[in-house]
Amino acid sequence: MKLIVAIIQPHRLDAVREALTAIGVEGMTVSEVRGYGRQKGHTEIYRGAEYTIAFLPKLKLEVALPSARVEDAVAAITKAARTGKIGDGKIFTLDLESVLRVRTGEIGESAL
Amino acid sequence: MTAKQANQGATTVINGSDTAWLMTATVLVLLMTLPALALFYGGLVQAKNILSVLVQCCAVACVASVLWFVCGYSLTYSGNGAWLGDLSAVFLQNGNRTMLHAGTNIPESVFVMFQMTFAVITPALIIGAYVERIRFSAVLWISALWLLIVYVPVAHWVWGGGWLAKAGVIDFAGGIVVHVTAGVSALVIAWTLKPRVDFPKSVRPPHAPWMVMVGASLLWVGWFGFNAGSALAANADAGMAMLTTHLSAATATLVWMAIEWMSFGKPSLVGAVTGTIAGLATITPAAGNVGPLGAVVLGAAASLVCYGAVHVVKRVMVVDDALDVLGVHGVGGALGTLALPFLAGLGVGGAALHHPVGTQFLVQAEGVVAVAVWSAVATFVITKVTGMIVGLRVDRDHEIQGLDFSSHGETGYHSGR
Repeated sequence: MKLIVAIIQPHRLDAVREALTAIGVEGMTVSEVRGYGRQKGHTEIYRGAEYTIAFLPKLKLEVALPSARVEDAVAAITKAARTGKIGDGKIFTLDLESVLRVRTGEIGESAL
Repeated sequence: MTAKQANQGATTVINGSDTAWLMTATVLVLLMTLPALALFYGGLVQAKNILSVLVQCCAVACVASVLWFVCGYSLTYSGNGAWLGDLSAVFLQNGNRTMLHAGTNIPESVFVMFQMTFAVITPALIIGAYVERIRFSAVLWISALWLLIVYVPVAHWVWGGGWLAKAGVIDFAGGIVVHVTAGVSALVIAWTLKPRVDFPKSVRPPHAPWMVMVGASLLWVGWFGFNAGSALAANADAGMAMLTTHLSAATATLVWMAIEWMSFGKPSLVGAVTGTIAGLATITPAAGNVGPLGAVVLGAAASLVCYGAVHVVKRVMVVDDALDVLGVHGVGGALGTLALPFLAGLGVGGAALHHPVGTQFLVQAEGVVAVAVWSAVATFVITKVTGMIVGLRVDRDHEIQGLDFSSHGETGYHSGR
């Protein structure tokens, strides 16, 4: 099992969710986060003065999947999240040690 | 204000229409402080300081109200002194329930209350200079001393029959009395207090521009009470003041927006509503003397001049007048005061000056300069004295943590849950 952690542009969420749903992914978790990479923030102007905003709003998407399906899911997220501009985000894939469904107590892939 | 002397001695009775309008106007002017100014300033600070600004606005409003009752009103509006009123109305023990305010058709109680709301908003305007770093006890000391030492004498000079009134200065609703006093004092306090730890390199932007807009819009509405109420009657002067106030605000909003659009490619909300306030502050002294055409010209001038002034204070003088009290209010109020002699005769709808244009301008300039100098000197002393009594700034750690929690034990925003 793997955990995909994707940092994406907030306005690409709907497209990413649709793409994942289309390949049969049934659940995901989204959080509002702030951060920067090579983009290094941006500037905003209030009353003529520039303010540097170092940490930009992004979304963090977490999806747990059987290892066999990870390649498709990563491809789907990449395609849907890409705008081609700097700041499109990153996708991390981590090994997932165990999963437990709280309601039934199922453990392992049947709990995904 | 000037009808007062002319009508003194004439027999008048309480007039229902005038009284109803002045009571309404009083409500509108109080709304300008609570909550309009509180929201306007609250949205401009960082999320960790929102509550401290709201508390400061509430507290200053109450301190000013009580002091107005104790002796502020008396020292402003009683007697014929050139420099200060007398003590014949301390604790408002000067007349009975049915007493009429001299020169008007409204009860004394309504006049006292209407003017009280001006005494409330003026020290509250200064809050914009010292937010995000001042000690709360210093806010109380500075506001109380400032009301009695700066606002009360100046209001007496201009509105209470003092030396500037006798010289024929025109300040219809407070360009000098409210905006020049508050603006100049704000600069002096900001300079004495030193900048916020991040200034000017990495100050955080306004945490809630939407709140700034709500506050500015409520200020705009309240300003009809401020300006049209200053006619002290429900009459043609009040009507024209309302019209000129609105036109100046609308024009100034568009001009500030245009300046930003041309300079940075995007018109911002915070910029647009800053233009609104600049237009309102600028028309304030002139609202009773210019017609619609003069108001539009004044509104356009307001944004052009105040936009530049904000830049000069922050970037050239590098003084952390955090929310631009001098740049927007002080400069706007002075601009309207100085420009009104030239604009009163533009088109129709204006009102006569007290002197020929050139002489009137010199009197206006004398008023602005004298009041600016008094405000600066007195405020410097008040701030230094307050510093000795309670200290001016919170600790650096408290400032970084935010005044909401460090000074008031509360947090403005809790995430989730």
